[in-house]
Amino acid sequence: MSNVEALLDKVLSGGRLSLEEGIELIERGNLIELGCAANTIKNKLHPEGMVTYIIDRNINYTNVCVCQCRFCAFYRHVNDQDAYVIEKAELYKKIEETLGVGGTELLIQGGLHPDLKLEYYIEMLQDIKKRYDIHIHSFSPPEIVHLSQLSGLPVSEVLLKLKEAGLDSLPGGGAEILVDRVRKQISPNKIGWREWMDVMDAAHRLGMKTTATMVFGHIESSADIITHLIRVRDQQDATGGFTAFIPWSFQPRNTDLGGTTSGGYEYLKVLAVSRIMLDNIPNIQASWVTQGAKIAQVALSFGANDFGSTMLEENVVRAAGVSYRIALKEIQRCIADAGFIPAQRKTDYSIIKTFPDLRAG
Amino acid sequence: MLNQNILSKIAAKVASGERLTRDEGIALYHSNDLLTIGKLASQVRERKNGKKAFFIVNRHINHTNICINRCKLCAFGRDAGDPAAYVMSLDEIEAKVAESAGQNISEIHIVGGLNSDLKLDFYIEMMQRVRKILPGVVIQSLTAVEIEFLAQTHNMTYKEVLETLHNAGLDSLPGGGAEIFAPRVREIICPKKIDGEKWLAVHRAAHEIGIRTNATMLYGHVETIEERVDHLIQLRELQDQTGGFLTFIPLAFHPQNTALESMGISTTTGYDDLKTLAIARLMLDNFDHIKAYWVTVGPKLAQVSLAFGVDDLDGTVVEEKIAHDAGAQTDQAMSKNKLVKMIKNAGYIPVPRDTLYNVVEEGF
Ligand code: SF4
Ligand code: SF4
Repeated sequence: MSNVEALLDKVLSGGRLSLEEGIELIERGNLIELGCAANTIKNKLHPEGMVTYIIDRNINYTNVCVCQCRFCAFYRHVNDQDAYVIEKAELYKKIEETLGVGGTELLIQGGLHPDLKLEYYIEMLQDIKKRYDIHIHSFSPPEIVHLSQLSGLPVSEVLLKLKEAGLDSLPGGGAEILVDRVRKQISPNKIGWREWMDVMDAAHRLGMKTTATMVFGHIESSADIITHLIRVRDQQDATGGFTAFIPWSFQPRNTDLGGTTSGGYEYLKVLAVSRIMLDNIPNIQASWVTQGAKIAQVALSFGANDFGSTMLEENVVRAAGVSYRIALKEIQRCIADAGFIPAQRKTDYSIIKTFPDLRAG
Repeated sequence: MLNQNILSKIAAKVASGERLTRDEGIALYHSNDLLTIGKLASQVRERKNGKKAFFIVNRHINHTNICINRCKLCAFGRDAGDPAAYVMSLDEIEAKVAESAGQNISEIHIVGGLNSDLKLDFYIEMMQRVRKILPGVVIQSLTAVEIEFLAQTHNMTYKEVLETLHNAGLDSLPGGGAEIFAPRVREIICPKKIDGEKWLAVHRAAHEIGIRTNATMLYGHVETIEERVDHLIQLRELQDQTGGFLTFIPLAFHPQNTALESMGISTTTGYDDLKTLAIARLMLDNFDHIKAYWVTVGPKLAQVSLAFGVDDLDGTVVEEKIAHDAGAQTDQAMSKNKLVKMIKNAGYIPVPRDTLYNVVEEGF
């Protein structure tokens, strides 16, 4: 038995893999064997044969950002011609459109604007909740830390105020690779990995759920990827607040960092290894926005059980040149064509509606 | 739904190198066990080609888009007189070919529409000119559809046309025009195109005079699973008799800009692409190579397909018009470095080849 087979056996009989073992998998495992193990684990966790998705809207309230990450094609300076902060009327219009198509979630994210104070956010949340019945899944850790610095309040207090104003849960953006050596190179002005995790820890302790992401395929090593996974796993052991893990590959177009995007092979491999390593995270999302519909569908055989969001709008990704736009129908078709039942879910992964008739064969 | 028994039986046959039946091919298509299908196809792939991943540095030229067939599946063909219709003169073709001299290409790939103005002498001279400029480069040109058209025009046999062109420099025929052999399907997607029997007869004639050829299958439109598998079996039977096919290339249908778009046909899914490639590897036990044409399935999926039976990623294609007119969203050309990197990142060994799978460069 090869070393990789022995490790996969260990996982499938309930064991947990260490850093060295994870590195062995990613460096020596072949795609199909990793996929088989990940798929077995996924089927154990999700035996219903369903693949979920959420109808949501991504609202980028501002593109002004002081952070200027090298991999980001989205940010602008305050004085740039095309810098913007969203108007209330426009925000409401977007929310109404979202509700109109059966959407249940808002993903409000933006740059780190130097002049928008905590009060702005509190007011925005209150205004939305006053008017609409919609889940607000918003503000990733860099924004929370930025608000904590602007207001002089500790992170947990900022979170509590936002929660009281209507914030329901946090997206896991800004994680990139949770290793500071890597972060210093790709996003030197962004919060360190510990700060990122501290925000998640605080949110979980306030009873807010969050997701976790990982952006790979730039300058990181296999050890960095596995370290990232283990740090997320350790946090999950402590607080249990992560609902899902979402890896995607770096999209190089229009960014400072340049380079080429990693291939479908690397993506599926990292996805499978994530499913294998993260024994305490219930859901793994495929990223059709970054990988395209074909690879996202294939990911359903490599450990993913969720097709993510319909992404009615995603300026950050769109600015990086990704031209994949698949509508809800296309998501449902991909799921059904792979032999699963498409199911619309809420942010907490509870099912709203299933579409068993769409399944082929 | 496929039951586990059939799959285990297929696995046992694959392990011992036994030929799969039509029913088994159909059963594989009905299964959604993508990983098992991939694993089986990978076994065959490694038996035949190890960890090699071939590619070719080539140049595509589409010399005319004027075509009397106007197939519904086609976004490329135009009527003569259409503002977007074009024909390249021999001088223009020569200039394009000359551009590629010194670029280390191994193949020049020229196909076009059925243009009544272009007679056999045009093609003879085209071959001669290309041969003169690029003496060491393989000329892969003219699909069975074009050969049949010339045979008809000049009242010659396929063999006579092929021999004439062969003497002028033609080395190999591409596999285009096969689509799906089933008459029911051709009636809908390409009613004027030669039928499957004629397509196979042209290739048989080519093989008989020592011209190696490729075979394709256009999938993802109105065909059934059974019609796909029958298509594969017809190719397998001819290959048993002649051994002249080099590679099988499944082509994912792109509905955009074709007359079939209005039928509501969507693009193929990733599952369908990988299953089609893997099942081709499993059914076509007498073909040495299975190629994923990255222009139609996309580079990401093409890379993944290396683990699903594919051993060839086509090449760096300069100026491909046919798939792009049909809305393929990929770039027109991929640099050799990018292709090599993509192959290596997937753990395979890049092997630049010529049309006949001779290794042209080593040490990647
Ligand atoms: S990635 Fe986020 S934090 Fe970094 S520059 Fe872009 S908007 Fe700002
Ligand atoms: S597919 Fe070929 S034969 Fe048919 S219209 Fe297009 S160019 Fe002509």
